[in-house]
Amino acid sequence: MSTATLHRTSLFDRHVQAGAKMVDFGGFEMPLKYAGETIEHLAVRNAVGVFDVSHMGEVFIEGKEALLALQRLVTNDAARIKDGQAMYAGLLHEGGGFVDDVIVYRFSPTRFLVCVNASNQGKDFLWMRAVVAGAGLDCVVRNESDRWSQLAIQGPKAADVVATLCGERIRDIEGYHFAAMPVLDDEDAIVARTGYTGEDGFELYVKNSVAVALWDAVLRTGAVPCGLACRDTLRLEAGMCLYGNDIDEEHSPLQANLGWIVKLDERPPFIGHAALVAEKAAGVPRLLRGLEMIDRGIARSGYEVQDAGGTTIGVVTSGTQAPHLNKAIAMAYVARDHAAIGGEVHVVIRGKPLRARVVKLPFYKRPAATA
Amino acid sequence: MSNVPAELKYTAEHEWVRVEGDLVVVGITDHAQDALGDVVFVELPEVGRALHKGKAFGVVESVKAVSDLYAPIDGDVVEVNAACVAAPEQLNKVPYGAAWMLKVRPKNAADAAGLLDAAGYSALLASIAK
Repeated sequence: MSTATLHRTSLFDRHVQAGAKMVDFGGFEMPLKYAGETIEHLAVRNAVGVFDVSHMGEVFIEGKEALLALQRLVTNDAARIKDGQAMYAGLLHEGGGFVDDVIVYRFSPTRFLVCVNASNQGKDFLWMRAVVAGAGLDCVVRNESDRWSQLAIQGPKAADVVATLCGERIRDIEGYHFAAMPVLDDEDAIVARTGYTGEDGFELYVKNSVAVALWDAVLRTGAVPCGLACRDTLRLEAGMCLYGNDIDEEHSPLQANLGWIVKLDERPPFIGHAALVAEKAAGVPRLLRGLEMIDRGIARSGYEVQDAGGTTIGVVTSGTQAPHLNKAIAMAYVARDHAAIGGEVHVVIRGKPLRARVVKLPFYKRPAATA
Repeated sequence: MSNVPAELKYTAEHEWVRVEGDLVVVGITDHAQDALGDVVFVELPEVGRALHKGKAFGVVESVKAVSDLYAPIDGDVVEVNAACVAAPEQLNKVPYGAAWMLKVRPKNAADAAGLLDAAGYSALLASIAK
């Protein structure tokens, strides 16, 4: 893809001025790293970092039957969360595979924000609109992705940064909750205690017009600018899936170790419900597992997983040398019969089968707050 | 701009070569380490292995990427830098110094002279940057 066709966020000039290495991600020209992926990764684990995640899409669903629309669209139960609460969910097709993985923010039973992946933005919007129209539901699906910028402020000191900018009341926002409140000159911003790093953190949704001022203000607090490279290693340590790597239209949430975002009972069925019920009854054929290398080597996306006899039993979907844990970790789909936690498998690295341990996800869990 | 020491020879695959008596020392360039990002893993051949010009002799991996290492000349490996394997992050700091990779006895003593000089390699980097 030529750079001429790539989208840019409102912060593009800031990234270039800061000397960031820019890459194509999901159709956007985004910062891969500034000072370096390891430094940035450790800044988020130990203090606080800030990410431009304005490439993420924002789709609003509003109207009398908005709640019914969400119940039709996503695997998690939008009736079970309260106003001001968020939830992680799958947007599935009829076959049970992921159209996308999303975060749903509930303002009220008649107003929801669905945060979607950049690369899936167009597809998701058309899908949601078609489903709502097909069911004849009384609500509007609006793609506002071009109007919103999003900054993720992540790390044990994230609350201090956000409190400096938005006031002490943000400390009362619980995990996976949010508040509609002013941020700088944006009267209708959203401060959410969500993230994709495994740390405490916030995602600030603001209009494009205040993005640069907010970015500058966050950097003045000492937060370290962070790129997509460390976002990927942080989420992998935290055992979180990346759409296009670990989940896609071919894999269901039951396979992806995401049964906890699937509510099959006591709610109206979502699209893909029947497929998941059938998959559960038949037995899930493969499971997403954590792998830790025993032999010296790094498992990477696409590498084959074998049993001790050399039979193919799965494939690696993400893998790296984890900067904080300082060991080679990976996620892989493994045939159910070989997916037992604690078992040993082989990852084929440059033709050599190297030993790895099947481990429970996540690899990293942040220490409980002591304050 | 990448550092390209004048006294070294280079390959188009971003290895450098320094002639030391009848041996040559091999490593990766400043540009290579910068393009890779934070290096976390290096796999090098054993002493005695024969290298064939243009063929892969090892692997260097960063947090994000995997990259083959290509032999700059024909020859035999006479020494492997264990410190580079044990602390691959040194490649980001001193790619022309302590993080050298191999010492090789060339099959033909004249081969190193045929590689790119600093001006040629700098021109190559300039063309990549365009």
